[in-house]
Amino acid sequence: MDHMPENWGRPRSDVYGVYNPAIHNAGPTTHTQQPSITGTSVIAIKYNKGVMLAADNLASYGSLARFTDQERLIKVGKETVVGFSGDVSDMQYLELLLERLIIEDNYDQDGHNLRAPHIYEYLSRVMYNRRSKIDPLWNAILVAGKKDDGSPFLAYVDLLGVTYSAPTIATGFGAYLAVPLLRKIASDDGDEKMITEQQARAALDECMKVLFYRDARSLDKYSVATVTTDGEVTIEQNVRCKDMSWRFADHIRGYGTQTM
Amino acid sequence: MPGFNFDNYQRNNFLASKGYPIPKATSTGTTIVGCRFDGGVVIAADTRATEGDIVADKNCEKLHRISPTIWCAGAGTAADCEFVTQLMSSTLELHALSTGRKPRVVTCLTLLKQHLFKYQGHVGAYLIVAGVDPTGPRLFSIHAHGSTDVGYYLSLGSGSMAAMAVLETKWKQSLTKDEAMSLCAEAIEAGIWNDLGSGSNVDMCVMEVDKPAVLYRNYRTPNERSIKEKSYKFPRGTTAILKEKVWPVVDAVPFDIFEETIIREGDKMEIDS
Repeated sequence: MDHMPENWGRPRSDVYGVYNPAIHNAGPTTHTQQPSITGTSVIAIKYNKGVMLAADNLASYGSLARFTDQERLIKVGKETVVGFSGDVSDMQYLELLLERLIIEDNYDQDGHNLRAPHIYEYLSRVMYNRRSKIDPLWNAILVAGKKDDGSPFLAYVDLLGVTYSAPTIATGFGAYLAVPLLRKIASDDGDEKMITEQQARAALDECMKVLFYRDARSLDKYSVATVTTDGEVTIEQNVRCKDMSWRFADHIRGYGTQTM
Repeated sequence: MPGFNFDNYQRNNFLASKGYPIPKATSTGTTIVGCRFDGGVVIAADTRATEGDIVADKNCEKLHRISPTIWCAGAGTAADCEFVTQLMSSTLELHALSTGRKPRVVTCLTLLKQHLFKYQGHVGAYLIVAGVDPTGPRLFSIHAHGSTDVGYYLSLGSGSMAAMAVLETKWKQSLTKDEAMSLCAEAIEAGIWNDLGSGSNVDMCVMEVDKPAVLYRNYRTPNERSIKEKSYKFPRGTTAILKEKVWPVVDAVPFDIFEETIIREGDKMEIDS
């Protein structure tokens, strides 16, 4: 009697090939990917009359700056902007889902439109469900708009389904470089009431400059989106970093003792 | 025999395979910065020392003196920073006595980098070395593997990105001493608030040309503990005393009967007979 399951009722090895024992150690089916084409930080800050976001126009292929015209801030519905960082193909899939969401919501023609909190709720469910299937959409997303009570709305959701809301948020490298700067003007909930549109814009421009200095996968061309509490959405494109400081490096020679 | 000695490599691998891996050293988790200004250089650091997720020391000193006018801020493994710095301090002083000249920052830099490279990064010292010497004000950074960088403004440690964001925003070519001091303090504060590995206070050292270096211990203290709401002392009598016995151990002598002995020049200890 043969006790080895590997030898029961098997097709002949000389006809079908030798049995692959790796099947015993296969483990669970996994889909976790590596992102391929990626976008870097998205940064955002609430101000007294709404929310402002910025994201550069770079889609990187690893260390290659592959596409320099990638728009990563999307208008969704009438009064919401969604900013994506991470895998670009997953971003495009989510854009498709959001488009369908808006279209299907329109069927009702009941005078109601989906706003930021609803789009956010939908997106965070999608993200968390995908992570629970160990098949994530490899993104970190910012959703900005206004709440039903008219106050500014800004929240974050990512590939793990982590959700978070604050007056200032940034994804990727922005979390380390931009958030400390943004928190200087808005550190607690409610601080946004004291910030004007010009201040918010100046802060974002400064942050995008610092990110271009210190994030090795960034670009100096970016878009700025403004969503006001009146429901107006403007996306300014092709903004460039201005007044950058590179000249001082002329005087630096070598890495220690070199003089010439 | 010249060259590196890799005998221990085999032994360490064997030990690791038997379940005794190299112990993970504790690090400081830090924000340190350095900044040049007109006529000098200033360095600053936070004061939190961490052992994993625990704050081991709320007010440790990360600014080390290498020579009276050359100071060093250290991030990475705390012990490595302290000892490598002290080693350099001694070596530099002997070297300065030998050359008959004031010690130079580039000398310290070269000694440090050659030492750290020899240990292939295992001496976990990440340092910002700054000072003034006969060639002027200097600012450098060194990584544990032995690479060095030059700059007008630098930051290192887990809070380096928060600090660098502030430095990149506010640094300009011509800074006065006070501007540089407040810039560095602000940069450290960005690390204190936004980085979990950094916290508590700001220490600073200003090295100005032709002036003695000034150490500002706790230049800023934005995290002082608030006054406790009440005194938690137990009143006397809370614990009942059942028995009391006193053992006289010393004979207490009143203050004013002490004898004074004055050592004159001639009474000093004989060193060379």
